[in-house]
Amino acid sequence: MRRSRSKSPSLDEARLRQQAIGVRLRQMFDEVVSEPVPDEFLQILRKADEKRSGEA
Amino acid sequence: MAAARSEHTDPKRDEAFRRELVGLIPHLRAFARTLCGDPTAADDLAQDAMLKAWDARQSFEMGTNMKAWTFMILRNQFYSEKRRSWRQSQLDQEAAERTLVAVDDPEAPVALDELRQGLGMLPIEQREALILVGAGGFAYEEAAAICDCAVGTVKSRVSRARRALQGILESGQYRRDGSAAGEAMASILAHAERLSQAK
Repeated sequence: MRRSRSKSPSLDEARLRQQAIGVRLRQMFDEVVSEPVPDEFLQILRKADEKRSGEA
Repeated sequence: MAAARSEHTDPKRDEAFRRELVGLIPHLRAFARTLCGDPTAADDLAQDAMLKAWDARQSFEMGTNMKAWTFMILRNQFYSEKRRSWRQSQLDQEAAERTLVAVDDPEAPVALDELRQGLGMLPIEQREALILVGAGGFAYEEAAAICDCAVGTVKSRVSRARRALQGILESGQYRRDGSAAGEAMASILAHAERLSQAK
């Protein structure tokens, strides 16, 4: 039985688990980021922009 | 809001602002979804935030962190709506638990659903801190500015969120379809291992 380099193997294990959750968390977020943006967003922005030029 | 907009608008600056804002929409949507859960409510929130940012563009200093700025607007919007009808958040929570399961990713692993649900079980301050730092790519300092709190507060929220989330995943508190406790954690670990081997 080899002692792990760090003080405690359970600490390593905990870190590993946290890293794994972190990977998944980013994946979850990135999944939404990579969705195509609904047209509605750009339409709304365009309308706001037109309103501005109309008012000017 | 018909703010007095007598100041001269610079079309070139507006265009640069608009382009950067459009590039941030996917991130605003993702952040909104983690706050609201329900995708439709989240998109409404993201649209409101986008419009608010556009209306306030004169006050934004070009070249500074627009992502953090828009996230702050979105977050403020979220909390002011929540204050208006705090009961809604309860409903959102329930909606989140129903809809987050229905991700349209054909190979969405069970663990991802459970991670979403676990996230939904965290107190909102912990959830947003963890998302900003753990997924949004913000530094603690930036997250503190977005959440309008001290850096130390963000740090402690993130670490409490991490511990709580791990606890939830390991104990299987979500119990969605009777899957064994800890299964989600095992799957998450296996996924991380596959990723590191693929490198």
